[in-house]
Amino acid sequence: MNQTEEHWDLIIKPQNKWYQIDFAAIWKYRDLLGILVRRDFLAAYKQTILGPLWFFIQPLITALTFTFIFGRVAELPTDGNPPILFYLAGIALWTYFSDCLIKTSTTFVTNARIFGKVYFPRLIIPLSVLVSNLIKFGLQFLIFLIVWFYYLKFSDAKMNPHWELLWMIPVLIIMMAGLGLGMGILISSLTTKYRDLTFLVGFGVQLLMYASSVVLPISKMSEKTQHIMLLNPLTSIIEAFKYIFLGSGSFEIYYLAYSFGFMIILVLISIIVFTKVEKSFMDTV
Amino acid sequence: MSDVVIRVENVGKQYRLGQVGTGTIASDLNRWWAKLRGKEDPFLAIGEANDRSKKGNSDFVWALKDINFEVKRGEVLGIIGKNGAGKSTLLKILSQVTTPTIGEVKVKGRIASLLEVGTGFNPDLTGRDNVFLNGSILGMTKQEIKNKFDEIVEFSGVERYIDTPVKRYSSGMYVRLAFAVAAHLDPEILIVDEVLAVGDAEFQKKCLGKMKDVSGQGRTVLFVSHNMAAVNQLCNKGLVMQYGTVIKHGDIDEVIPFYLQSSFGNTICGEALFESSDKPMQVKRMALKDQKGNTIDKPVSQSDSIFLEIDYDFKKQFKKCNLTITIKNSNAEIVWFLDRTDFHKEFFVAETGSYTSVFQIPNPLLKAGSYFLTLGISDSQEGIDDHKRDILQFEIENTDSLRVNRAGNLFLPVQWEMKKK
Repeated sequence: MNQTEEHWDLIIKPQNKWYQIDFAAIWKYRDLLGILVRRDFLAAYKQTILGPLWFFIQPLITALTFTFIFGRVAELPTDGNPPILFYLAGIALWTYFSDCLIKTSTTFVTNARIFGKVYFPRLIIPLSVLVSNLIKFGLQFLIFLIVWFYYLKFSDAKMNPHWELLWMIPVLIIMMAGLGLGMGILISSLTTKYRDLTFLVGFGVQLLMYASSVVLPISKMSEKTQHIMLLNPLTSIIEAFKYIFLGSGSFEIYYLAYSFGFMIILVLISIIVFTKVEKSFMDTV
Repeated sequence: MSDVVIRVENVGKQYRLGQVGTGTIASDLNRWWAKLRGKEDPFLAIGEANDRSKKGNSDFVWALKDINFEVKRGEVLGIIGKNGAGKSTLLKILSQVTTPTIGEVKVKGRIASLLEVGTGFNPDLTGRDNVFLNGSILGMTKQEIKNKFDEIVEFSGVERYIDTPVKRYSSGMYVRLAFAVAAHLDPEILIVDEVLAVGDAEFQKKCLGKMKDVSGQGRTVLFVSHNMAAVNQLCNKGLVMQYGTVIKHGDIDEVIPFYLQSSFGNTICGEALFESSDKPMQVKRMALKDQKGNTIDKPVSQSDSIFLEIDYDFKKQFKKCNLTITIKNSNAEIVWFLDRTDFHKEFFVAETGSYTSVFQIPNPLLKAGSYFLTLGISDSQEGIDDHKRDILQFEIENTDSLRVNRAGNLFLPVQWEMKKK
């Protein structure tokens, strides 16, 4: 018998090794990713009159509300920038992170039905969330750019964009995406069996926003508080984003490196956990 | 030499009974501790066979245990068994939806599974978008779907609605479109679970035809169904499962009779009594008797008649009553359907009370083999009925014919005139 020499295309075994992440399979299913992104957009605003306009309305209204409540009523400082611009910058980037986190954190639970019937690399689903939200972010970023351009050219607001650091923007966006994905799929993997964490996600994300200098610039805090705030890997990213476009905020290269390292490790760990869970979650979900 | 495309080796799947999420931390920690010391999972040693009707002692059951079989290229394997026998769990493992607890499965070639039609259909999207969505979930590339799109739409027969959101579809149209996508997958191995139970008769026929085509092209099909007629028609190999193990694997001609006999108690059943219920009409007893009036408990000679005695009650008056008998062979094919009105040309009026009837099943008529008998009483005016399906079982044995293997269903000896010219 030459059984050992036989070639098998697929071997289904109890538990795969922790490092067995099938990138080839993910690549093979790239068309599915594209179609899922398309579905997200087609289905999101079906049967609405304004349709995709909602992508723009959402951040604008949030920014206006922030401007009114935090800027006018509470008179919180915005580092000398026009409040609407300050909040728009924070909100656009923050929304990308929080949307990625919230939507990927329910990957297993919301897709249990499909996952129970068909096999495809499960990572496709959170990756498609990342891509659809990136497009959404692109639209919101556009809004920000329009308002920013207006203030830059037609007002006497003091802004000193750091053009030389503009190349950092894609890096910052990737970091936000990585952190959102990492936390999201980690939570979704941990909640297949014990659902406790799902309760944390809703208000946890809100709390995290206040700890990430979306609303409050860290420049107004004491030295010690600043360091504590910067331990949150999101803070330095948002600060850097504002620093590049508005000239305010701060550019903490060491903290940015820390955030980047944090993101890489988080993504690695979460993908390992995710691939381990995807093998068996149908029995526990 | 090796034509084996699927090899299943010692596969087992253990499930924990009761609620997941409560009290599982303790066993999780226990497991983790054992793993840390390099010991075997303490919960793998326990567990019992999966008989859902009996109360067990353990919280762990083996939904599948010691499964070993091979499927060769081009085979159409029917997997049959009662509910809870482990068929779906096996299919889930084969389609990689879940992993086995122990053992492994080796597969050659692209595998596609159809455990449900319309997986991932989004109600808000149009038929067209859903074809792409569903197709790519099932593993097709965009280009493949594009190439086959017209074929898919034509097969589904919903061309006119292809740009309408599927939530506006009738459920039949929905299923048609969904099956059409799946039917145009081009896998080397296709796994199908009881999806033919949906759709109307015409469409079911179309689906069966399509699956036959697939197997005709030398592809391998694994098919789970409770519809023995479909299994018999479609499959050339069969596999019977019971309590999570394979109890029979072989040619379909042997497997279906084996399954029917094992699931009906593997004995001749000559008499059945039924408990009273609140149904307005009710069969109370059915019995098969021989010419001397003894209840049948062994094979009957093919030249002896059989008598069916039935007792039945009417709790009120019915005006358009009828009696029917269905006799199926061991392949679940109906060989004879008798209707009282065939002879009497009219329905009968039943007064409140108990009745008894005797019918003669004349022999020689049926060829040697096992048979299952269904009795029905009904009233077509009020649409009320009581059917006792496949309850009685009898066996006819060949006692005097020289021919051992007989094609067809009947054994009706006639005289053969012969003259020398």
